[in-house]
Amino acid sequence: MTDDSPRATDDAPRLIERPVAAAPRPSADGDGAGPDAGTSRDTVFSSRDVNVYYGTFRAVRDVTFDVHTHEIMALIGPSGCGKSTVLRCYNRMNDLIKEARVTGTITYRGTNLYNERVDPVEVRRRIGMVFQKPNPFPKSIYDNVAYGPRVAGQKRGLDDVVENSLRKAALWEEVSDRLSDSALGLSGGQQQRLCIARAIAVGPDVLLMDEPCSALDPIATARIEDLMQEIKQDYTIMIVTHNMQQAARVSDTTAFFTAEVHSENDSRTGILVEVDSTQKIFSNPSDERTENYVTGRFG
Amino acid sequence: MISRLSDDRSRAAIAASIERRRVDTRGLLFKTVLQSCLVITLALLAVLLITVALDSTDQIGTRLWEFLQGTLRSRSEDDRLGIHQGMYGSLWIAIIVAVLAFPIGIGAAVYLEEYAPRNRFTSFIEVNIRNLAGVPSVVYGLLGLALLLNGQIFGLDRLTGGSSALSGGITLAILVLPIVVITSGEAFRAVPNELREAAYGVGATRWEMIRTQVLPYAAPGILTGTLLSMARAVGEAAPLILVGAISGRLGDNPGLFNIRALTDQFTALPIVITSWTVQSGRDAGFIAAAAAAIVVLLVFVLMMNSAAILLRNRFEKKRG
Repeated sequence: MTDDSPRATDDAPRLIERPVAAAPRPSADGDGAGPDAGTSRDTVFSSRDVNVYYGTFRAVRDVTFDVHTHEIMALIGPSGCGKSTVLRCYNRMNDLIKEARVTGTITYRGTNLYNERVDPVEVRRRIGMVFQKPNPFPKSIYDNVAYGPRVAGQKRGLDDVVENSLRKAALWEEVSDRLSDSALGLSGGQQQRLCIARAIAVGPDVLLMDEPCSALDPIATARIEDLMQEIKQDYTIMIVTHNMQQAARVSDTTAFFTAEVHSENDSRTGILVEVDSTQKIFSNPSDERTENYVTGRFG
Repeated sequence: MISRLSDDRSRAAIAASIERRRVDTRGLLFKTVLQSCLVITLALLAVLLITVALDSTDQIGTRLWEFLQGTLRSRSEDDRLGIHQGMYGSLWIAIIVAVLAFPIGIGAAVYLEEYAPRNRFTSFIEVNIRNLAGVPSVVYGLLGLALLLNGQIFGLDRLTGGSSALSGGITLAILVLPIVVITSGEAFRAVPNELREAAYGVGATRWEMIRTQVLPYAAPGILTGTLLSMARAVGEAAPLILVGAISGRLGDNPGLFNIRALTDQFTALPIVITSWTVQSGRDAGFIAAAAAAIVVLLVFVLMMNSAAILLRNRFEKKRG
């Protein structure tokens, strides 16, 4: 990261700070959210007894943990343990599934995300998402990155936003001479970095990454992991991963989930086993189930 | 030595067991049956096209321009015999269908696919739209008759001028509306969910997501479906008979782009074809005229289909 002078330490609420997009949205919303930040400055997300239901089926049970600023939190666990479902609660992405229902409380910088006055569109501008499969729009590279700022109403300064976002996503050098080419012509790894640039362009506070490297080869994966380390100083990152080495390499804290199998109908409910520093999870976990998983004896 | 021998023996056994290729009679038979199905289809089509083309030479081969400009006449030898009224009528009908059925049908499809909750009621509606697409076209003609001519509802007959190109166009627009809803709905369903999520993920509202992702992505599919439904509308005769398309003498057409033509008496290519075929019983010269009219209608429909294909390819390249 070359574009930032040394930052002030966390003594001032910085939740509105948008390092890339100068001001994609009116400044009013920044002031409005300010007071909340004072009460829990270091905690970005605080989840208490979160349950997710699909219809009557409970997909995730009683999840409680906190996420702190400028930390990379990894969510790991076997398939079907609800990691992605949990991740999607944090930017109201589960709203898009008609029968999904979330109970319990999730606060973002002190505001309950599921409070009825909360606008999910506004939430998603602050809490960006990178998906499992690279999903660029069938448009030019430039238009992909400019999409978020444009729907937020920004018309001027888009060139700068696009360049800065692509630089942050470590893609600028590779695409600067063909910004008007279709994004679908990029390789998988480049597409995923483009998706990261697109998420960064709206100036989010948090990035949610849902298995961002599972469709990529090891070299592209390494680039994304390096990138995560670089942008960590600007964003709080939550990453779902199947890859335990990846969790161990990139994250500061790790949450281990597992699935309870209900023998009567063979359905699975995800539960949180433990949350701790990544080092502790991988060297000396408190729970036996975690140990079995990270040592490869299960899952 | 011994092991070499047994090795050779087992090789021979393997060769014997896999070198069993023989003629697969049943498979060959099946393939032949499938091929003849295709040949039958194409042959029927070829016979149809060739007879029509041969029959039409009296008109198209000798006096094409006069035929295109002429009017409905009671005798086939008449120098002024031709189909310009039918062409104008069909063109107006196509325009009215495009103006009415496309926006309403696409709008309904967007609502059904992107907004409506998924429940029994919406699936009930979807099933019934499919049923509507299968309702015989005469029934739509009756609807047009009641709604637009007899003024049983809303007194719409005063607006349409009774039997008019407008009435015919509206009737056919209603006829293709369910088809437009179904084909556009399928085009929307083909939009990858990842695109929707990506747009939502960077803070697009539902409307922005639909406008910037769903509609452009679905455009080629919608276009193909709607143009094909327009081709269907242009080929329909039965509903137009019920809303009173003229098959005999028709006053001089006021000109293609005269808006008055909309509420005047009208005719259309399928009506002209039907009428001339009926008249060929007493005046054999009408066979050539009817065949020529069929050629004109086919060219009309082919042009629409090619436009659909061209536009789709262009859109898809852009999507690319």
